[in-house]
Amino acid sequence: MMMKERDLLLEEPQTEEAEEPLHEVRVATTPVYYPPEFRWTNDQERCARCKRCIHQCGWKALRWEGRVVADDSKCVGCHRCEAFCPERCITILPNPQAFKEHGLWSVGHRRNLWKQAETGGVLLAGMGNDLPYQVLWDHLVLDACQVTNPSIDPAREPMELRTHLGRKPEAVEVRQNGDGFELVTALEPGIELSTPIVFAAMSYGSISLPAQKSIAMAACELGTLWNTGEGGLHDEVRPFANRAIVQCASGRFGVDVDYLNSGAGVEIKIGQGAKPGIGGHLPGEKVSQDVSETRMIPVGSDALSPAPQHDIYSIEDLRQLIFAIKEATNYEKPVSVKIAAVHNVAAIASGMVRAGADILYLDGFRGGTGAAPTTIRDHFGIPIEIAIAVVDQRLRDEGIRNQASIIAAGGIRSSADVAKAITLGADAVAIGTAALMALGCTLCQKCYTGRCSWGITTQDPQLTRRLDPNVGAQRLVNLVKAWSEELEEMLGALGVNSIESLRGSRERLRGIQLDRTTLEVLGVKPAGVGA
Amino acid sequence: MAKTMAAVQAAETREEMGIVIDAQGMHYRDLNRRLREAATEGEARFRLVNVNGQRYIGTGLKGDLHLEICGVPGNDLGAFLSGPTILVRNNAQDAIGNTMDSGSIIVKGDAGDVIGYGMRGGTIFINGNVGYRVGIHMKAYRQKSPVIVIGGAAGDFLGEYMAGGVIILLGLSERNGDPLVGNYCASGMHGGEIYLRGKVDPRHISPHAKIAQTKPTQIEHIRPHIAEFCTHFGYDADKVMGEPFFRLTPVSHRPYGAKYAT
Ligand code: SF4
Ligand code: SF4
Ligand code: SF4
Repeated sequence: MMMKERDLLLEEPQTEEAEEPLHEVRVATTPVYYPPEFRWTNDQERCARCKRCIHQCGWKALRWEGRVVADDSKCVGCHRCEAFCPERCITILPNPQAFKEHGLWSVGHRRNLWKQAETGGVLLAGMGNDLPYQVLWDHLVLDACQVTNPSIDPAREPMELRTHLGRKPEAVEVRQNGDGFELVTALEPGIELSTPIVFAAMSYGSISLPAQKSIAMAACELGTLWNTGEGGLHDEVRPFANRAIVQCASGRFGVDVDYLNSGAGVEIKIGQGAKPGIGGHLPGEKVSQDVSETRMIPVGSDALSPAPQHDIYSIEDLRQLIFAIKEATNYEKPVSVKIAAVHNVAAIASGMVRAGADILYLDGFRGGTGAAPTTIRDHFGIPIEIAIAVVDQRLRDEGIRNQASIIAAGGIRSSADVAKAITLGADAVAIGTAALMALGCTLCQKCYTGRCSWGITTQDPQLTRRLDPNVGAQRLVNLVKAWSEELEEMLGALGVNSIESLRGSRERLRGIQLDRTTLEVLGVKPAGVGA
Repeated sequence: MAKTMAAVQAAETREEMGIVIDAQGMHYRDLNRRLREAATEGEARFRLVNVNGQRYIGTGLKGDLHLEICGVPGNDLGAFLSGPTILVRNNAQDAIGNTMDSGSIIVKGDAGDVIGYGMRGGTIFINGNVGYRVGIHMKAYRQKSPVIVIGGAAGDFLGEYMAGGVIILLGLSERNGDPLVGNYCASGMHGGEIYLRGKVDPRHISPHAKIAQTKPTQIEHIRPHIAEFCTHFGYDADKVMGEPFFRLTPVSHRPYGAKYAT
């Protein structure tokens, strides 16, 4: 052990050691045996030799040797080159190199094992859990009106998607005041959304500034929310802060009293669906001048977010931080608490409400991330469908459901998923991966490299300037508007005219191909069983 | 709870130095609301008497304010503090100066756990001993560099995840054989400096920190902080500076540098 040396140090003054070399990820120490994941090809006949594909590739997989030549081992299959090829003559295929099939040892398992044998490093991944676990959304179906109950045509009748987040009173007292009425009950601070879809927490640092600005602009135009993540608030997005949830996570990056007061609400981040129970580290390479100013840390320093918030080891401690934030914001902002959905989520959620959380943000095990250890991303946490159902039920059983709103996130792919989440008991959903896909992301899952060709999860100005926030915001607005319109259609088919009426109405859901226990946990009847 | 503002104000007297608030039996929400209001109205100096465990005193307060606290304030004293000076005449509890940005907190007695968590600037002076996880994840930014000076001893995990700033542990109190600092000091440290006065058992120091004797230039660097500490609590700075100091600095600024496979 090094104790001997350390003992000596006490006697002898030591001179400063040279600084350690700059950060490097582990590289292969032995030859690379495994074949590339993709095979890049182009049609030489059609190729106009414009070299655009070479410039578009963030991973520098392509080079010019009288024609475009690919280093397949660098290609991550992000399709940026293909999308920008004027001749559309590029084809990216899964490498057809065949391995002997094995029911236990998938090629993915083999590939990971070889990579680790070569580098000795911990595997990293971006985006969400990509293993083929059963997707419960695809085993839930919604009811519709037939004969005995009329459906509603949303084109003719108004449909209400407006959603209020925050603590609600048990009952309200109103008093007649002249011709009108006035509210006697004092309401807790809340947030009104035009649609029950908000944007998930994505920090500047994990995503680029144009990406965050696109999301912030879209949230303002839509009348919904964006979320700063734990990266602080950059000056360029400050004008959109009135529609932001500002996050306070374990690293406390960029958190000061002005920051806490600048948003529509404050969120305490305990955990994230993609990496329950572990913290984060933004590598120094990504801490540029701008990121440094936003996070309020020196340029080039690793931004470590320890796994727990070290002032929170219990529900009582959580209450202490919730009320520290309420004090610092003069009780004018709702406080949200974000956790990863884990096995004991219902009991934890109950504790969070009792601790004073006004919004519970539940992140399922398919939630995205800029970077997470692959083992954690793929094997920890529970599906959001289950988490919504058990938390909603628990809070109802305890008579405290009105005290907090539920935002559900982690694997929302379509308006149908939104409708099902709300029917299971969520007040609203948050979309992260879906929002990035609206900005161009093709789910290559290499966000952690910081080389995103789409300019989304990178800080390289060459790459980030490809993303025009005006265009990005428009695409996000289009997406959320389209989903909202589909929600109205669905409400019409269900015969209700407001999203409120659907919330937690599990009688309108049926399960197919689900076992009895899962149905019980979801609080949903099997298809074929009537009311 | 929820006294009317009139009832809260009834517990006030005005002295030449500013407003005196009798916190006896007052809920923290009422007390802090009154402080915020009075500060907005332009009051700058406060003395709170009969304080007995009220939380969040001074939390989120901004500007050039002075608070003197007689009694024991509760947890999260001066959380998110941005400018004010808080003087505590007795002991204080946990989470003092949580995520503090600037200002100063001076405690005449002992203080509890998790002091200066995520602190980015300002100074905290504790005359007596402190508990666990003090100075956790302190960080420096631009001209801001937080400083914590502790007169007595510290519990486990002093300077955990430290990313910037200075912690000075003086060990002036009688410790009956207890160590100057508890276990795992500086674990996860990746920035800043910790100065320990007197004998240190290296088994208490995390392998994430290098231990070295302090060089004269480094001593000069911390002299102003120690001098200020001595002014607050009536010590002789030269005497305090007379003992040797050990200095802890991070082994690596990039603790997760080569952890991952590409
Ligand atoms: S742009 Fe993407 S798909 Fe094209 S070569 Fe580069 S990594 Fe492969
Ligand atoms: S972008 Fe298309 S046309 Fe241009 S060089 Fe590349 S493959 Fe050829
Ligand atoms: S954000 Fe970029 S790097 Fe991440 S999955 Fe999408 S395209 Fe790939």
